[in-house]
Amino acid sequence: MFIKRNLTALVATLALSFGSQSAISESVNAQEAEAMGLKISIEAKNRDTGWLDNTSNMQMILRNKQGQESIREIKTKTLELLDDGDKSLTIFDKPRDVKGTSFLSFSHTVGNDDQWLYLPALKRVKRISSRNKSGPFMGSEFSFEDLSSFEIPKYSYKYLGDETVNGLDSFKIEQYPVDENSGYTRRIAWIDKAEYRVLKVDFYDRKDSLLKTLAYNDYKQYLNKFWRADHALMTNHQNGKSTELRWTNYAFKTGLQDADFNRNTLKRAR
Amino acid sequence: MNRVITTTAAVLGLTTLLQPFTSAVADYELSGKLGFEQRIFINDSRYEHQLENTQASVFIEPEFYWEWGGGNDSVTFKPYYRQDEFDDERSHFDIRELSYVHASDSWELRAGIRKEFWGVTEFQHLVDVINQTDSVEDIDGEDKLGQLMLNLSLVRDWGIVDLYLLPGFRERTFGDENSRLRGPLVVDNNNITYESSEEDKHLDVAVRWSQTVGSFDLGAYWFHGTNREPVLTPVFEGDTVVLNQYYNQMDQFGFDAQATLGDWLWKFETIFRSTHEDDFWATQAGFEYTFIGVLDSNVDVGLLAEYGWDSRGDDDETAIGVATQNDLFLGGRIAFNDMQSTEVLFGLGSDLDHSAFSFLIEANRRIGENFKVSLDVRFFQSSDPSDPLYSIREDDLMQLGVEYYF
Repeated sequence: MFIKRNLTALVATLALSFGSQSAISESVNAQEAEAMGLKISIEAKNRDTGWLDNTSNMQMILRNKQGQESIREIKTKTLELLDDGDKSLTIFDKPRDVKGTSFLSFSHTVGNDDQWLYLPALKRVKRISSRNKSGPFMGSEFSFEDLSSFEIPKYSYKYLGDETVNGLDSFKIEQYPVDENSGYTRRIAWIDKAEYRVLKVDFYDRKDSLLKTLAYNDYKQYLNKFWRADHALMTNHQNGKSTELRWTNYAFKTGLQDADFNRNTLKRAR
Repeated sequence: MNRVITTTAAVLGLTTLLQPFTSAVADYELSGKLGFEQRIFINDSRYEHQLENTQASVFIEPEFYWEWGGGNDSVTFKPYYRQDEFDDERSHFDIRELSYVHASDSWELRAGIRKEFWGVTEFQHLVDVINQTDSVEDIDGEDKLGQLMLNLSLVRDWGIVDLYLLPGFRERTFGDENSRLRGPLVVDNNNITYESSEEDKHLDVAVRWSQTVGSFDLGAYWFHGTNREPVLTPVFEGDTVVLNQYYNQMDQFGFDAQATLGDWLWKFETIFRSTHEDDFWATQAGFEYTFIGVLDSNVDVGLLAEYGWDSRGDDDETAIGVATQNDLFLGGRIAFNDMQSTEVLFGLGSDLDHSAFSFLIEANRRIGENFKVSLDVRFFQSSDPSDPLYSIREDDLMQLGVEYYF
């Protein structure tokens, strides 16, 4: 259907004047590419909607240029909200000096997220600024925005074509962050055509140079619907560092409710 | 120093003994920290019997945690012990936490010895009133003694309401004549007097409401019971003059608010305290602004400014006792956001009525996966005998700490 509409537009363009024919044709193609990029992204989001809530354990392995490693271990609990961004609770286990620290986030599709940090040594809950989207998460190659939930209004889109990634026929989509505090000018995502899973993402910094590549591996399907990777690798091309993610204990529809995401649950989260 | 080493060996032995239990029971968890601290005072001591220029100590703070019922029921036990090389009052044991928590969807019951923090500002914690200050630990007032309590927390659409019954009172810890960071007179830790005939058995009560409204986090409370701040009065004890501790009863209303607006955090705390002796207002307010990723790096730089005011300071500018009556605080926080989580915090406090300054630097960094090192520097400057800082003006210090987390 998309191709049909595309052809109609082209025909319409050709029927117009000769002088600006190629320019108009290009701009219509650009519009079509944007519409297609958006359509693919909406389909990917729709296919990953309806899991209600999920919990998982995540291990981060930070590696510097010399190959030295440092381990982070966190647990996450997320509540899916259909009318706004998700609510999530992140609990830190390693390194040991931050054990017991937890992080509550109410993400919003538009505007800044609401975020609180619990510091167990002081028993203090601190509301923190969520403007730091581009900063590194726990010294890793992931920034806060890389780990936030994917929401359609956060980007504008452009379909760039089809490519094969890991032997899978994929859409190549360019994403432009709407938020001016984003650390990127654009991202390019490869989404497989069969299951609409993100296989790879290239990140371009504020100077539009290739900064990082994120590759997802070992996707597994849960509840016959939702695909989650067991493994991901973020490589920073500019500083030679990398961060590996390993997920375990994925669980969906565990019965989490709105009442599980407030200051009180933040303080006793384990 | 020998005692310090013996204690270190003893606590290391204890953690090794407890280690097998960690894996044996599924819902049991042992964590905690073990630390060594070396203080170096730059100047010689000012008062007789005070320790000389160096002071070493070790401490341990394990945390034992049991949970059942899918995490809805839990018991936490967190004892604390510090062994100081010279200072017998600083060598002390405390149960920081020994409490049971039951959580339901809309309420939580917490019973036992616990710590509760209220407030939003950084340089002074005016509204934080539940726990007694463990002032031998550090002079910043952030270390607290465990408080016995029964706390019912109700979660409602219009906010969280916390009701507290606080049986039993903890006296503030004070150093003895060996201690640095004290005034010319030693605080008597024995002959303590109270306004209440129930003395340290008085049942205190408190109720607090807190709520988030958009970008604003608000809290308000009323506390009725024993004032955590003693009135110190010089008295003769034999031939020497010591400071006697007297704890009166107080009613305190407190309010705290933080507005989180983009890179700005606006902070405000105020209290009204009514005691038999006097009534007063005090306020601490200011902001924190963060520059994210300065000069295209991962480094965040935060600037902090706070102002402290106390109505008692207006009555009599020469009165000693009110430390923060017209004080300005400026500070900076540098977070390197590196693999070792390196952080540096510095601050300057200045009394605008008296000639007095205090300056601090706190820097820390993780080493490997389980160690953290810290360097703290504190300078005190005062030429005005009516300012509380005047009495500790020779106690400039550097403090090196190594902590092991398990």
